[in-house]
Amino acid sequence: MVNDNGALGVHDVVVRYRTSAGDQRHTTPSKRPIITWVPPKRPAPGDVRTVTAVDGVSLDAAPGEVVALLGASGSGKSSLLRAIAGLEPLAGGSITWAGRDLAGTPTHKRNFGMMFQEPALFPSLTVGKNVAYGLHKTPRGRRGEVVDRFLELVGLPGYQERKTTELSGGQAQRVALARALAPVPRLLLLDEPLSALDRGLREHLVEVLGEVLRRTGTTAVHVTHDQDEAFALADRVAIMADGTLLQVDTPRNLWRHPVSGEVATFLGYSTFLSQTDADALGLGHLTADPAVALGPESPVADPNGVQLQVRQQKPRRGYVQVTVLLPSGAKAELRVPEKIGTATVGVRTDADSVAVVS
Amino acid sequence: MSQRVGWTLAGAVPLAFLGVFFAWPVATLIGWGFFPDGQFTLSGFTQVFADDRTWRVIGTTLAQAAAGTITAVLLGVPGAWVLYRTRFPGRWLVRAIVTIPFVLPSVVVGVAFKSLVIATGPLGHLGLDQSFGIIVASLVFFNYALVVRTVGALWASLDPRTEQAASVLGASPTRVFWTITLPALAPAIASAAALVFLFCASAYGVVMVLGGAGYGTIETEIWFLTTQLLDLTGAAALSIVQLVVVGASLILANHLQARQARSQRLRTDSSVESPWHPRRDALPTLLTATVVLGLLVFPMSTLVVRSLTTASGIGLDHYANLLTTLPDAVANSLRTATLATVLALVLGLLVSLVVSRRPRNALGRRGLALLDATFMLPLGVSAVTVGFGFLITLNRPPLDLRSSMILIPIAQAIVALPLVVRVLLPVLRAIDPRLREAAAVLGASPGKVLRDVDLAFLGRGLGLATGFAFATSLGEFGATSFLARPDEQTLPVVVFRLIGRPGLENQGMGMAAAVLLAVGCALVMAVAERMRPEEATTW
Repeated sequence: MVNDNGALGVHDVVVRYRTSAGDQRHTTPSKRPIITWVPPKRPAPGDVRTVTAVDGVSLDAAPGEVVALLGASGSGKSSLLRAIAGLEPLAGGSITWAGRDLAGTPTHKRNFGMMFQEPALFPSLTVGKNVAYGLHKTPRGRRGEVVDRFLELVGLPGYQERKTTELSGGQAQRVALARALAPVPRLLLLDEPLSALDRGLREHLVEVLGEVLRRTGTTAVHVTHDQDEAFALADRVAIMADGTLLQVDTPRNLWRHPVSGEVATFLGYSTFLSQTDADALGLGHLTADPAVALGPESPVADPNGVQLQVRQQKPRRGYVQVTVLLPSGAKAELRVPEKIGTATVGVRTDADSVAVVS
Repeated sequence: MSQRVGWTLAGAVPLAFLGVFFAWPVATLIGWGFFPDGQFTLSGFTQVFADDRTWRVIGTTLAQAAAGTITAVLLGVPGAWVLYRTRFPGRWLVRAIVTIPFVLPSVVVGVAFKSLVIATGPLGHLGLDQSFGIIVASLVFFNYALVVRTVGALWASLDPRTEQAASVLGASPTRVFWTITLPALAPAIASAAALVFLFCASAYGVVMVLGGAGYGTIETEIWFLTTQLLDLTGAAALSIVQLVVVGASLILANHLQARQARSQRLRTDSSVESPWHPRRDALPTLLTATVVLGLLVFPMSTLVVRSLTTASGIGLDHYANLLTTLPDAVANSLRTATLATVLALVLGLLVSLVVSRRPRNALGRRGLALLDATFMLPLGVSAVTVGFGFLITLNRPPLDLRSSMILIPIAQAIVALPLVVRVLLPVLRAIDPRLREAAAVLGASPGKVLRDVDLAFLGRGLGLATGFAFATSLGEFGATSFLARPDEQTLPVVVFRLIGRPGLENQGMGMAAAVLLAVGCALVMAVAERMRPEEATTW
């Protein structure tokens, strides 16, 4: 189970939300004339309901370890992260640091850092003052120096006097990273910090983030719905769905041995083989059914492979996507450089892209 | 071509109305100040400004507005927190109570506070009658909702992650409030404060009822100079001063509001309300409860109780008296308000339709923006100025309406017109232009597009606009008090006259009339709000 010698411990945590659709009208801001009031709209029965976002999750992180929480939207990963930060009350379980329960420690005394999906920079402060915001324990004279150092670390030296409105999305998120790291938090919480950025920038910032985390040796929990991002940054990946953890493992083990079809599907495995199909593809005897999943890069076309019937061919950018029919009647997809003129195509499976679902 | 003629005509009609019944009277008024005998002179001003009384009046006006604004903001910000960021059972009721004062006619508010401090009132022994303090209290009563709602709406939409980011960085709740929350709220606080200042500086009904002889503001002094001393030149000079004060705070309020609209881009879908928390919320809640009970509920309930208190106990005698001795006032009020509402709606509809067009050339767009601003002007000119302007322009040829009873509805329509436009225009602007294009492509003529798209949407805003116009007209006192003749009084004027007379009977009847007026206005507004179109909130 969870070991308490490490840094972060999450024990059977439950987080619940009360949602009420009936209150929406009051909370939405408006440009309505001021000289009016909105009468109360009684929430209809069923409008107010309790949603269990996190349902008994246990997890730990060793000092210096980066743990990714990977899941679809609505899986409860962000709620868990916010609970760790102390921004959501726990409905059950506990969160510990080095074995000590954090229940009585309010957010601002936890000495954690956090990055949100949006940079959430303070609009009334300059870039430099934003980064210095968490440095109230640092002697005043040394703060400037720390700000300089962290702005340089994220690749924005000399930005101290800029206004936050002058920054691009990527720059703002880098300032947010510097601001989160400057107080040297004992734990960095990353709540999909890159998901609002476009793809090229995201890939660049994944590198920046990975580099910074390695260099500072920061313990981090990284919430994301992007598999590549999780695999690029994390020492361990936790797959979350419907408020529970499905599997926690190193990226390699996760990829090779997903514990269930659900995990495999989420990782991008698209085709599950029956015994007939496995035999046809020469994969040997299966222990369970279905037990072998074909990843996105498998199967591949090979003239010497098993001949399978071509059902459909779709031209894509730079390749053709071919749907083939497996002996059992299931379908699988593969990429070929050009349209196939024949009714069948030779196929083999790539060993690196086949997972045994245990 | 015929289309352009139609639109020009649609714009010309309200413009002509505004010209005759607003611009002309106000311009004439300004003229009287500068050209008392046909010659340009500043003598009217020098005479007025040489008088110590004038300076005292200006000082009182500014002091009253400043005190009212500061108090409303200091009490309103904690109220905004409690009512917009915490969740507790019965919150909707408290929000409703807070909002009621804002829709009450000013005379009613004045009478409610009067009922507290007159010798026989529950606070009679404190000797607050006709004091600066009670006037400021009634102004805060009026404007508390404005601060709570303006600040609360922004507070509820502030991205909570900014505050959470500060908290995660180790800032204590106090530090988060002063360094993050307050700067973010500043635009809303400033724009609310500017509006409150405007309303406090131009308050008329409340001051007339509560102030008494020794107390004067610019507005009441204009009334005093006109009707008591017949010094029209002096009144004109003071009206110009008031125009400057009101105009300046209106421009400031508009500017700050635009800034607030820009800063509202920080929005989030996650709810920022949290359940009521004793340790965090106890102090602001205690303060808000004191304000709601002591400042809002206490005067209103005292007014109701006293309107029911007769010489022989509790009863409806005052109401019965009112209806037998002054049946005309009630009927007259309803008739006048209905007429004013129809006028304001027709004109407002035309203005909104014209202003919501999207001409292709820059000149046209600029013209429409100017037109839009023109019809907001009456907001910035005090009702007393409108009434006084009517008095000196529309009483002789070419347009002698002094003997016609149409003058009061016209004045009320001028006051209500900007509010109608402010409700209807956002609804029209919210219409996706592609809807009109789709209708046109499907073969609908411009007239049919107008009917099937614009007017169909407008129907939804009409209910709210009608309610606004009717409630405003029903409670209008400033202009009406200048224009109402003894034989055609409206309820606010009756309330004012009755409350100024001695005797329990008169006072009781005045309070009964005030309660009727308050219930009428509150009901109209409550019904109208039920018909609020979604577009009015989400444009």
